[in-house]
Amino acid sequence: MSTVSNTGFISARRFLLWSGIVALCAWVLVPIYLVALGALGGRSGVYQWPKTVLPTGISLEPFLLFLRTEGVFQSFLNSLGAAGITVALSILLGAPAGYALARYNFRGKDSFRLLVLLTRAFPLAILALPLTVSFIRLGLYDTVVGVGLIHTVLALPFAALVTQGIFLGVPRELEEAAWVFGCTRIQAFFKIVAPLALPGLVATAVFAFVISWNEVFAASVLTVRNRTLTAYLLTVLSESPMHYRFAGGLLLILPSVVFIFAVRRYLFAIWGISSK
Amino acid sequence: MANIVIDNIRKSFGAFEALKGVSLTINDGEFVSLLGPSGCGKTTLLRIIAGLETATSGDISIGGRSVIGLPPKDRGLAMVFQNYAVFPHMTVYENVAFGLRMQKADDARVRKQVEKAAGLLHIEPYLERYPNKLSGGQRQRVAVARALAVEPAVLLMDEPLSNLDALLRLEMRTELKTVLQSAGTTTIYVTHDQTEAMGLSDRIAVVHDGRIEQVGTPVEIYNHPATRFVGGFIGNPPMNFITLPVRDGQVAIGQERFSVPASGGDIVLGLRGETVERAPAGQGLEMQVRVAEPMGSHLLLTGSILSQPARVILPATETVMNGETIGLTVDAKRVTWLSPENGVSYPAAA
Repeated sequence: MSTVSNTGFISARRFLLWSGIVALCAWVLVPIYLVALGALGGRSGVYQWPKTVLPTGISLEPFLLFLRTEGVFQSFLNSLGAAGITVALSILLGAPAGYALARYNFRGKDSFRLLVLLTRAFPLAILALPLTVSFIRLGLYDTVVGVGLIHTVLALPFAALVTQGIFLGVPRELEEAAWVFGCTRIQAFFKIVAPLALPGLVATAVFAFVISWNEVFAASVLTVRNRTLTAYLLTVLSESPMHYRFAGGLLLILPSVVFIFAVRRYLFAIWGISSK
Repeated sequence: MANIVIDNIRKSFGAFEALKGVSLTINDGEFVSLLGPSGCGKTTLLRIIAGLETATSGDISIGGRSVIGLPPKDRGLAMVFQNYAVFPHMTVYENVAFGLRMQKADDARVRKQVEKAAGLLHIEPYLERYPNKLSGGQRQRVAVARALAVEPAVLLMDEPLSNLDALLRLEMRTELKTVLQSAGTTTIYVTHDQTEAMGLSDRIAVVHDGRIEQVGTPVEIYNHPATRFVGGFIGNPPMNFITLPVRDGQVAIGQERFSVPASGGDIVLGLRGETVERAPAGQGLEMQVRVAEPMGSHLLLTGSILSQPARVILPATETVMNGETIGLTVDAKRVTWLSPENGVSYPAAA
């Protein structure tokens, strides 16, 4: 009797678990799927009604056509460049800041952290005009480097605070043990701290990448010809046919999804969920 | 070959003075414990010796060379940490080999040393495993093996057994003693556990409130504590302190008269609970027994002597009732006399 109700309970739990998984997957995957369908189905596919669940008449042709459109490939490269600069700078500057916050006590540490966070609270829109003016003066206006710098400003506070948490997660005793057993501070960092912090650092890099990749406001304001993909699509797509818009959307979504999928293990690590 | 000379080390954290001028000389090959309650400064002292903390003032030399200002790696020492600090991303083998690799030892020497250390601590079966697959006791062994593998001149241990369960602690204690005796390394061992300190050490330095209260062999410290703190901290039950009036340089205990190193006023009798014997009825030092606890190996009596709290131990063969008043014979050679003003003991009678 009890076994029967027990199995009933277990199967109910399983049902709930799996329906939850399915719902969550659908939440993420269905829109991506529909966007992909629109992008790959061509002009007729977009307006076809009722929609078929299974793709019909699919071809890469519309998508490739979109890619070959003037400016798309270049802005894709621009986006990659800006994101690359953002990742590199926010790790190179943010990780040492995070390490210092994690390991040293200094006057004004808490105010410093607050200050770091406050930079995010400052609305970029207010800064747009002065930024544009000074970027023109500095020769950074309408360059990938300029966009990368602004995106670094957006990603850096996040990188500093997250890496602080990551370095706090590496026990100090491990570092001290390394010092005692023959390491200089720098050696101890690279031999012990860095390998243990690597998953978190990779996750931080991915977040920095995604922040830059998705950012549209600063990129639109600060560029005219050398637009990043988001900024380019924003200006171009409103006057494009539907399947172009879908192809653009897909191109925006794909790198983030692929990137995050590739490092999902490390993303779990950042939240303290075991990757095993 | 390394003796350690600690000369008047002071350490302040802001307004808090953790070490108030500590001096201690440790001979080559000696095992010295720093024993004291938590917060007494013993770990701070060890970390200063290791170079993980800088002293506010004072000097430390290891093997005749001052190490103040040297980074930990240049001090020629190894350390076992309280939480083991075994590197989680390296196999046990690489952990044990870590110090040797940093010394740029060739592979053959690394292998030889790792196998030797692993053999001493019985961790050969786990050499290829990662630390997260090991139990606490096994990790502790890895940490000790890692320290011994470099054949350090000085070995520092910071409460290495405190994270183990009681049974394992006993086993590791015995094993540590065997291993360290054969290694002949100068060892400083920090602990708050007096049985560890008593069982392992050649000498014990009792640390209290940023000062060393007494340095001596376990037996010296036990039998003749230098201060009231030491007597109360070491031994289970702790030493009894009974204030007695002095008359003409003598103290009356029961029918007996004891010569004491004071001429008048009061003096404190430091009495180890197990040094007394039961006196015939109506004789000796009178004790009102409140609770008698038969412990199997002995009989523990809690009560008062001259209205001052006391605990004594009698052989298990005695029978004492709760509330009974008994007489105790005190052995003049096994008591400590202390000043009631500053709690410092008078030198033991020759």
